[in-house]
Amino acid sequence: MATQQTRSLARFMMAPSVVLLFVWMIVPLVITIWFSFQQYNPLNPIRDGFVGFSNYALFYSNPAFLQSILNTLTLVVSVLLITVIGGILLALLIDQPMWGQGIVRILVISPFFVMPPVAALVWKNMIMHPQYGVFADIARFFGAQPIDWFGQHPMLAIIIIVAWQWLPFATLILLTALQSLDGEQKEAAEMDGAGFISRFIYLTLPHMSRAITVVILIQTIFLLSVYAEILVTTNGGPGYASTNLPFLVYQKALLEFKIGQASAGGVIAVILANIVAFFAMRAVGKNLDK
Amino acid sequence: MARSVTTRHKTIATVAAWIVALLIFFPILYTIITSFKSEQEAIQGFSIIPSGTFESYSEVQAQSGYFKFFFNSVLLSVGSTILALLVAIPAAWSMAFSPTKRTKDILMWMLSTKMMPAVAVLFPIYLIFRDTGLLDSRIGLMIMLMLINLPIVVWMLYTYFREIPGEILEAARMDGASLWNEIVYVLTPMAVPGIASTMLLNIILAWNEAFWTIRLTTTEAAPLTAFISSFSSPQGLFWAKLSAASTLAIAPILIMGWFSQKQLVRGLTFGAVK
Repeated sequence: MATQQTRSLARFMMAPSVVLLFVWMIVPLVITIWFSFQQYNPLNPIRDGFVGFSNYALFYSNPAFLQSILNTLTLVVSVLLITVIGGILLALLIDQPMWGQGIVRILVISPFFVMPPVAALVWKNMIMHPQYGVFADIARFFGAQPIDWFGQHPMLAIIIIVAWQWLPFATLILLTALQSLDGEQKEAAEMDGAGFISRFIYLTLPHMSRAITVVILIQTIFLLSVYAEILVTTNGGPGYASTNLPFLVYQKALLEFKIGQASAGGVIAVILANIVAFFAMRAVGKNLDK
Repeated sequence: MARSVTTRHKTIATVAAWIVALLIFFPILYTIITSFKSEQEAIQGFSIIPSGTFESYSEVQAQSGYFKFFFNSVLLSVGSTILALLVAIPAAWSMAFSPTKRTKDILMWMLSTKMMPAVAVLFPIYLIFRDTGLLDSRIGLMIMLMLINLPIVVWMLYTYFREIPGEILEAARMDGASLWNEIVYVLTPMAVPGIASTMLLNIILAWNEAFWTIRLTTTEAAPLTAFISSFSSPQGLFWAKLSAASTLAIAPILIMGWFSQKQLVRGLTFGAVK
């Protein structure tokens, strides 16, 4: 149906997006890969030059590397568990008939719109502060010793903050999926005497499975690169206790000026993200066919 | 009998949901409350009734020139969104209405660029920005935000455009409408709601972007994300001021967000959940 003219016009209209994204993706990535094989220190340019894989070796052998990979995975997995399970429960709750459902929805979704530095600072200072925070007030009220969240349990503290930011997202997506469930199906199941639990397992959960997959995949993309939350709360510490891979690369590049090592770390982050992306693309791609 | 059970059920659900919702909302609520306290009050222990002073708001502006950052946030989020729309609308249009065999691959590839960890290209981007003088410039950051969100914008527009029935375009074509007329008189009116939704979501995303906006700015182009981050250094306790700055930083986007729940679901799931 499309004529030659419309076809070439279509190509012409697509070109800016494709070219921009291509340049944006390829140019910096190539520079990063190039730097990962170089000794390069803007403060000490004398020893600059090609060094093969030694940046990778240095980055690997850094004890912080293993710790940061571990922290990255801990953060992603914990937040996913909290938000998916919590999101399902919350969605089920909000889906019940109630008064003021609209307002409940608005309250629950709100944290998602809070910019990461604000979320992190509010939690750090007003909620989790060992002396003046609300948690400390509660602990003292019960006669307990307030917890020094960022000193003693930095990862847990960050997990709580990040989960607070993403729980609304999971809830909203899952609630949307839940509400698209055919009411007649639910009624039929109820008539047949299916209890709440079996209705949930055999009807609701399968219906939500696609939404759950999407939530997991999209959150993973964002959770792999959590940055501002760490920057304004623990700054990666104490030691490397709450340093994730993006934060380690940032430290190497902009604080220590070890560009080669930072680039090697960046390449590793790309590989990690690609593994995740591979699965994400397949799931989203499958969707596109429908 | 059945009716009373329903009412009881409804009451329990209402109470439970409200408690959970208020707990989740509490940090935001407490920030807003604290912003109306004095600095002294803010650290005096838990209280939900502030003295109602606007002191912190005026001090934040007086001490740090708050509105410059606010203005930068508005400029960057709206500017980058308009740039992204200008680039993405033609692309999404052509993919939705003259799809080729490769359209799907191109869409997937665009999405994949979104998955590249920003930190992996931090230094190259930093170098490019430094050498071209774009560091700490509004236009540089605007381009950056545009590039980051471009895949989402193309995708979201594509899912909206795809729902516009092709027959209408064909009918217009049969009537002898030129391609240009087709776009202006047939497509645009039908596409406007989708474009508006995309714009709304993208402004939210750009407003809250907190990696490049922090790393590529110092003073001139710094938006609210960078300004708020500067509160992280523990030089004394300025919680009332922090709260006032935070409240102003999240309020506009919070309100926009409330109106964009549906678009958010659709945009961030790439049309997979509607």
